[in-house]
Amino acid sequence: MSTPDIMLEIKDLYVNYGGICAVQGVNLSIQRGSIVTLVGANGAGKSSIIRSIAGLNRQVTGDILFSRKQGDKPESILGLKPENMVRRGISLSPEGRRILPHLTVRENLLLGAYSRNDRAGIQRDMERVYELFPRLEERSWQKGGTLSGGEQQMLAVGRALMGQPDLIMLDEPSLGLAPLLVKEIFAIIERIHQTGVTVLLVEQNAYAALNVADYAYILEVGRIALEGTGKELLANPQVRAAYLGG
Amino acid sequence: MSLEMFFQHFFNALTLGSLYALIAIGYTMVYGVLRLINFAHGDILMVGAYFVFFGTFAFGWPWGVSAIAAVCGASLLGVLVERVAYRPLREAPRISALISAIAVSFFIESLAVVVFTGQPRPVLQPDWLISEWQWGRVHILKLTAFVPVMTAVLVAALLYILYRTKPGLAMRAISKDIETTRLMGVRVDNIIAFTFAVGSALAAASGIMWALRYPQVHPYMGIMPGLKAFVAAVVGGIGSVQGAVIGGVILGFVEIMSIAFFPELSGYRDAFAFIILVLVLVFKPTGLLGENLKEKI
Ligand SMILES: Nc1ncnc2c1ncn2[C@@H]1O[C@H](COP(=O)(O)OP(=O)(O)O)[C@@H](O)[C@H]1O
Ligand SMILES: [Mg+2]
Repeated sequence: MSTPDIMLEIKDLYVNYGGICAVQGVNLSIQRGSIVTLVGANGAGKSSIIRSIAGLNRQVTGDILFSRKQGDKPESILGLKPENMVRRGISLSPEGRRILPHLTVRENLLLGAYSRNDRAGIQRDMERVYELFPRLEERSWQKGGTLSGGEQQMLAVGRALMGQPDLIMLDEPSLGLAPLLVKEIFAIIERIHQTGVTVLLVEQNAYAALNVADYAYILEVGRIALEGTGKELLANPQVRAAYLGG
Repeated sequence: MSLEMFFQHFFNALTLGSLYALIAIGYTMVYGVLRLINFAHGDILMVGAYFVFFGTFAFGWPWGVSAIAAVCGASLLGVLVERVAYRPLREAPRISALISAIAVSFFIESLAVVVFTGQPRPVLQPDWLISEWQWGRVHILKLTAFVPVMTAVLVAALLYILYRTKPGLAMRAISKDIETTRLMGVRVDNIIAFTFAVGSALAAASGIMWALRYPQVHPYMGIMPGLKAFVAAVVGGIGSVQGAVIGGVILGFVEIMSIAFFPELSGYRDAFAFIILVLVLVFKPTGLLGENLKEKI
């Protein structure tokens, strides 16, 4: 197909927090089947954007269009409740993991599948998640709060996968992880992508993110400062100076 | 004290403790999902007891049918209270919902006085419940065994819901992180309504058994049991169902046994619960099974 197949399109997005304008006129689109990354310093507005897509922010203007499967007509999802997003094929692994500490690993995963009723499918996806993260299987009866940071991150990603998303959004999955774990998480993101899931990745770790991304946006104080393919931005001197340590 | 007397007190305490426990569960569950003390909870108990009174007296239904109808009616009332008085205030400061809760409590009590009159009404006790078992010199009122057994069954059913069903999973998740729970696709409003339905059903069950034990109903009958059950929930650690059960049983035993051993204190019967409350708040503010919460009530 010659025309780009857009899964998600953000048009002129503004996000307000009682006077503070965290996102100011952002336009962004995500091609179906790609990995798109949103890179920026702390406080740039990355989470605000991703949370707006998930329906978690109230004071949002502009538009967000989404088409779940190839050929679906894009529909506005702005203003929908967060509980409906997962039913439409959008899952979010939130910043800070937000594992439910008092529920077991297995229960956390089942919660991720809450919107579904296909027992066999849920079981199959649970096995897939355990295959992706064998350490979760070993700890499936352990409480979420007893996991290490890396394991919690894996659980957060696994839980998002349990919703059977077509678009998975990951908010800073590498935050606070040891370098080896960061590598592991990025390898997993690529594996998830290979199964046909479109990925929106928010990161402060620009180098790793740009390396896996098909397309990237650089966000500075609520505005898109630069965009391009991952390779282009990795080679861009401005980006190198500001985000990749020269 | 003779062994026979002790057994009787023991079963009385277990009965009273069970009744407190069933009510306390409702406080703790609602607190878990909304961080709200539902002051109208005791009044739901009263309404449940009235429904059973009307079922048996006015309509002449059998006890079991009346009890089930009363539990369902009280459940609906609980859901209605949440819908009308708490949901619109979900985003408002916590204190607004609390004030609304107190208002609902007064409203239900006053309405009951208007509709049912303030006159206490006698409740028909089925014969088989007020007959006794006898072993040697020990007499046990069947009712005092029935209430704990019924309570155990209801608590088991509740634990099944909480730990083996999807809505139960959602309830447990909401109590820790409502936003993430929504993100997972849980329709939080429905789960909160369901929580009120379950809590109110248990309160009504308690109210019905209360009316069997102390056989009358009146519009203010829910206040004292409600207050003590609230104390039980705090003693057990508010937010914890297991804590509510333990707190309820402890309160029942302290109340009955202290009077049994020190009959001269019987005038202070209602004070024991509050003495325990003060002790727990001083020495273990989160209650016996409570976790550290950022905010206290
Ligand atoms: N709930 C909120 N209330 C008020 N201000 C907020 C809130 N969330 C984020 N902000 C502000 O919005 C800006 C963007 O935040 P955020 O989207 O979290 O950035 P990032 O994810 O890129 O670190 C920051 O200045 C932050 O302080
Ligand atoms: Mg962020």
